[in-house]
Amino acid sequence: MNNAYLLIDFGSTYTKLTLVDIEKEEIIATSKSITTVETNIMEGFDKAFHLLKQKYDENKIKIIKKLACSSAAGGLKMVTIGLVPELTVEAGKRAALGAGARVLKTYSYEITNDEVNEIKNMKVDIILLSGGTDGGNKKIIIENAKKIAVNLKHIPIIVAGNKCALDEVRTIFDEHNIHYITTENVMPKLNEINVIPVREKIREVFMKNIIKSKGMDGAEAFIDGILTPTPAAVLKASEILSKGTNRLSGIGDLIVVDIGGATTDVHSLAEGYPSKSGINLKGLQEPFAKRTVEGDLGMRYSALALLEAGGEKMIKEFTSTEDILKKCRYRHDNIEFVPQNKEDIDFDEALAKVATKLALNRHVGYIEIAYTPLGEVFNQYGKDLLEVNYIIGTGGVIVHSHHPLEILELGMFSKQEPTLLKPKNPVIKVDESYILSAMGLLAYDLPDCAFRIMKKYIIDK
Amino acid sequence: MADKKTIVIGVIGSDVHAVGNKIIEYALTNANFNVINVGVLSTQEDFINAAIETNADGILVSSLYGHGELDCQGMREKCDEAGLDNILLYIGGNIVVGKQDFKEVEERFKKLGFDRVYPPGVKIETGIEDLKIDLNIK
Repeated sequence: MNNAYLLIDFGSTYTKLTLVDIEKEEIIATSKSITTVETNIMEGFDKAFHLLKQKYDENKIKIIKKLACSSAAGGLKMVTIGLVPELTVEAGKRAALGAGARVLKTYSYEITNDEVNEIKNMKVDIILLSGGTDGGNKKIIIENAKKIAVNLKHIPIIVAGNKCALDEVRTIFDEHNIHYITTENVMPKLNEINVIPVREKIREVFMKNIIKSKGMDGAEAFIDGILTPTPAAVLKASEILSKGTNRLSGIGDLIVVDIGGATTDVHSLAEGYPSKSGINLKGLQEPFAKRTVEGDLGMRYSALALLEAGGEKMIKEFTSTEDILKKCRYRHDNIEFVPQNKEDIDFDEALAKVATKLALNRHVGYIEIAYTPLGEVFNQYGKDLLEVNYIIGTGGVIVHSHHPLEILELGMFSKQEPTLLKPKNPVIKVDESYILSAMGLLAYDLPDCAFRIMKKYIIDK
Repeated sequence: MADKKTIVIGVIGSDVHAVGNKIIEYALTNANFNVINVGVLSTQEDFINAAIETNADGILVSSLYGHGELDCQGMREKCDEAGLDNILLYIGGNIVVGKQDFKEVEERFKKLGFDRVYPPGVKIETGIEDLKIDLNIK
């Protein structure tokens, strides 16, 4: 009898199961069923589990652990509050995105009563409060803490701001019995970013509080743990694949493109320093593991937004179909639509190409040319990803497409846009078995095993 | 950290003179200031944003390529707008083109809202002494 891990992704639409033989390091079977968060999350799980059981021999496989990630019930919804939009606000946003959150909105400077009410009405799961470098501005974070303490009592808060303001923030929150935890400053020095401690705290709060508030406590009796929001599991898998583990060396810098119905996520695992000499790196430092989410680029719910973002002209570059608006509207109105005929499949692929192109354009860094009396000088904002080794595609449209490479090629460097630092010669791979989030979960327990499986099923395939 | 005064330094505009910038950082740090260096090719916003987050006591602008006057227009007003009330603003270097009467130059920059204006060739020690006076450092 072989030992196996059951890895579960309670997704926004589907609950996906992956059964992994951890001795042979093989995927035994996968299955999925519609997520049932309105009634009982376990209903959808049971259906999927029933389907899974038909695909393997229960006498030969023993499930020793069940781990889950979740983006059900709207995912982990956060707002972040900082001081200057380009600095602590941006740093906080990057930390929250890296933790797999949906960042509904960011706030800068002193928050107003209107903004407080807006946060109240958005039903957020966690507020990230930052502001000031260590030793820097204390006033704003303290003012904002006061407003939160009085008006936003029941939302868990993570404080990651100026350490010199922490004592006072604590006193305010303690006086009002606020549920909060503190961690290191997300921007301890000017332009220096510190996302990992914040990411860990977000995950902690997610595990402790969020599961219950999402009607998922029923799952806890059966599952060993809901470890993380789904996007964070994908990022974790990507990080292991790129960097390797304590014992195995990674495959180097890579980008993961995840095209979904509502959003397109891009993860880059790379420092992103200038690859050529004589370039000034400007702006806020980038995290090694960076995730961006494009809320207006998606295949279904966001199809109309995608049309607006790319314009008809860009979609027409990839398809000869007329009725572009009609087709986008249909997808927006029917989020469970699965294309059957060639025309619809082609159209989905055209949308995916636009999503890939725009999402990568926004994710990667760019070069700005400044003309000075001493000649041209080059400033780099964001990450230089020209030399990245791999682009890996995942998400329904890519996994099910017959031409995934053609879609992902749109994420490459283009001579038409020479200032955008997209990969020049990447190897393009597809997460055909759709295992990235599952491997992120497995990596919490068995990183070596997760790494080897990803290599086997994605890279060496 | 708390008892040190914080000064934001940098080179404004399309100006890439990095050496003096490094010397100023070194000298100010040795004089017990907490130095926030936004580096060369910095915009007014780079200086101001840095000053807000770090709760700076002063901004020390360098300009060596002659366009200082253009680059600094509206900077005091932006500081006021950003809530940096009465923050010290210094400027020094080759801040205008050619050999102009420094008295006039100084007057023009004071009108722009700078507290102290330095001609070419001034030693950084002079600026440090002035900072100590203006910030009441004993």
